[in-house]
Amino acid sequence: METKSIMIVGVGGQGSLLASRLLGNVLLAQGYDVKVSEVHGMSQRGGSVVTYVKYGDKVYSPVIEKGEADAVISFELLEAARCLPFLKKGGHLITSVQQIDPMPVVTGAAEYPADLEGKLRDAGVDLVAVDALSLAEQAGTAKASNVVLMGVFAALTDFPDELWQNALEQCVPPKFLELNKKAFELGKAAK
Amino acid sequence: MKKLMLGNAAFARGLYEAGCKFVSSYPGTPSTEITEEAAKYDEIYAEWAPNEKVAMEAALGASIAGARSFCGMKHVGLNVAADPLYTASYTGVNAGMVIAVADDQGMHSSQNEQDSRHHAIASKVPMLEPSDSGECKDFVKLAFEISEEFDTPVIVRMSTRVAHSQSSVEALDRNEPALREYTKNPQKYVMMPAFAKTRHVFVEERTQKLIAYAETSPLNRVEISDKAEFGVITNGAAYQYVKEALGEKASVLKLGMVNPMPVKLIQDFAAKYEKVYVIEELEGIIEEHCRNIGVNNVQGKEIFGYIGEINQAVIAEKLLGVKREFISLSENIPNRPPVMCAGCPHRGLFYCLSKLKVTVSGDIGCYTLGAAAPLTAVDTTICMGASISALHGFNKARGSESEHKTVAVIGDSTFMHSGMTGLVNIAYNNSNSTVIILDNSITGMTGHQQNPTTGKNLKGDPAAAVNLEELCRAIGIKRVRVVDPYHLAECEAAIKEELAADEASVIISRRPCALLKYVKHNPPFKVDADKCVGCKMCMKLGCPAISIKDGKAVIDHTQCVGCGICKEQCKIGAIE
Repeated sequence: METKSIMIVGVGGQGSLLASRLLGNVLLAQGYDVKVSEVHGMSQRGGSVVTYVKYGDKVYSPVIEKGEADAVISFELLEAARCLPFLKKGGHLITSVQQIDPMPVVTGAAEYPADLEGKLRDAGVDLVAVDALSLAEQAGTAKASNVVLMGVFAALTDFPDELWQNALEQCVPPKFLELNKKAFELGKAAK
Repeated sequence: MKKLMLGNAAFARGLYEAGCKFVSSYPGTPSTEITEEAAKYDEIYAEWAPNEKVAMEAALGASIAGARSFCGMKHVGLNVAADPLYTASYTGVNAGMVIAVADDQGMHSSQNEQDSRHHAIASKVPMLEPSDSGECKDFVKLAFEISEEFDTPVIVRMSTRVAHSQSSVEALDRNEPALREYTKNPQKYVMMPAFAKTRHVFVEERTQKLIAYAETSPLNRVEISDKAEFGVITNGAAYQYVKEALGEKASVLKLGMVNPMPVKLIQDFAAKYEKVYVIEELEGIIEEHCRNIGVNNVQGKEIFGYIGEINQAVIAEKLLGVKREFISLSENIPNRPPVMCAGCPHRGLFYCLSKLKVTVSGDIGCYTLGAAAPLTAVDTTICMGASISALHGFNKARGSESEHKTVAVIGDSTFMHSGMTGLVNIAYNNSNSTVIILDNSITGMTGHQQNPTTGKNLKGDPAAAVNLEELCRAIGIKRVRVVDPYHLAECEAAIKEELAADEASVIISRRPCALLKYVKHNPPFKVDADKCVGCKMCMKLGCPAISIKDGKAVIDHTQCVGCGICKEQCKIGAIE
């Protein structure tokens, strides 16, 4: 099988590491060769954070370049727009509609572009936009929007549900498991 | 069973399986998790040292004592540890000693982009370079064997992509070598001129043996493709990009041992092809080696350059002329640079420095972000500890003109690393300098590591805590005071007073990092829209939780931790 590429993007602190861990677990359990590439350190402090997940018979490069991603999963609208060029023709763009002002917008040096959702829809990609933050709050905490989005992704793909449930059990502390399972289901239903 | 592991976690697994007993490191992205993961194995003694020099000396001591040992650091950390490294090359080891150095191609979290292979070459220490997590584990185990067989420390070079990518690894059992006997041997371990001269001869002979080893070592691998149009010589992360971009279009010589490099292996490989490309990130070390051994049909740096990371798209474009299509919006997408977190204790202090228009000699840590807008408080950032020493030089050069308006800022961990020697210099050489220690009770930027001021060790057990006030006084600073950076008026007054004083002073700005689990947050603040006049005074703090919507300030309740500096800043009382 040809290597597939998925990018998980968001703002530092939004929980992209857990999302990529869940996905990595599912793919490994499916028997694929998997690579997950993360960014640690300075950029985690409220900056743009990008995680690459690649899988197939044999994966070499851990990074994804422009025009290579089969799917981009974004926790924030501006980050979805920023990573649009990485998407392959006909790729899936899954994004939360949450907007977080970056510092240049906060200081007034730049403006947050208006109606990004509409512009992304017009860009000719397969867009799924969900209010992941509200769904996460419905599940019990705003922090679970990462798992909501993985639920959306799960609904678009056909990996067995059992693998996702196992991955949740392995990656989430028992105390937060029920809440995250609920967030995952809400994401699946939201697609 | 195969598991997905970070390169750094696989490295730690290699330490475990190889029977490593002693680990001492200083955190630094992208090397930190090697030591954090190693500390999870009960069989390994693991610690954070105050800096990389101490860590490497401790690891060498453990090796001489007969235990397999390890120290890990980022590329710039190896500069700090260069002193022991160059002489450890002469003494060699007793039990195996492995050093990890993690380079940061692309500078994801670093102040420069140096290529650590230069240190290996200059110190004449062998260096291995894995390309994925599986190799991290295997190479570490082999590194211990090379170390013991050739009587040398061995460096394993990591890079951001190898350290922070997960790929599958098969975990095996630990081999538990017995503690080797220690016998007194001053000719080997006392490096005074008479003995060191003999050891230098040994080092040169060892290098020749290592070159012979490199010719046939499984670390260096030739992958011949029948369909190859040209040859590629590569190493580390670049190997993965080469394979992805070129597939069967190229035969590949992958160098897993990057110092010393083989001669005949490269000559024979290059002779098979009319064209050979050397694809290596940063410096052109392999390429220069090729030319030195008479292999002249190589091209590398003139195509790929010396800056940043290489990737599969660059290789496909430069060598195959293939470029992928992509879509983008015509819209201008504002950047999202990293920022100090909501509730970060550094913010209040930097706001005061910015307001007072103080010149700030900065240092390495989360607080380097004080250089970014809107605070733009920092004037210089060079290396660990340089804030204090450079402030001293700055003040001696400009005298009283700068003494009353220039400060150094440095974190608690960085102060212990190499800031305190600068403070000794200030006291000893009678400098009228003002130093601010930003004590957030943790090593922040690298992801919350304990340090000698926190009262806990790497394993989380209670440990002796350095008392910063007493330490500064013992060094000879008479004016030492503590402020709470959540109180802007108090901070501002303290900075003014200490700058006005005619002697050296230290201000300790103390408040634990807002991301620490034990730190209790206050309820989020709210803006009363009826009272807010849109003056934007609160925006000057650069808090990511505050923004302006329809001319009024708004606080994001999911981010706000209730630190209250915006409430103090709001003169009309609109924030509650």
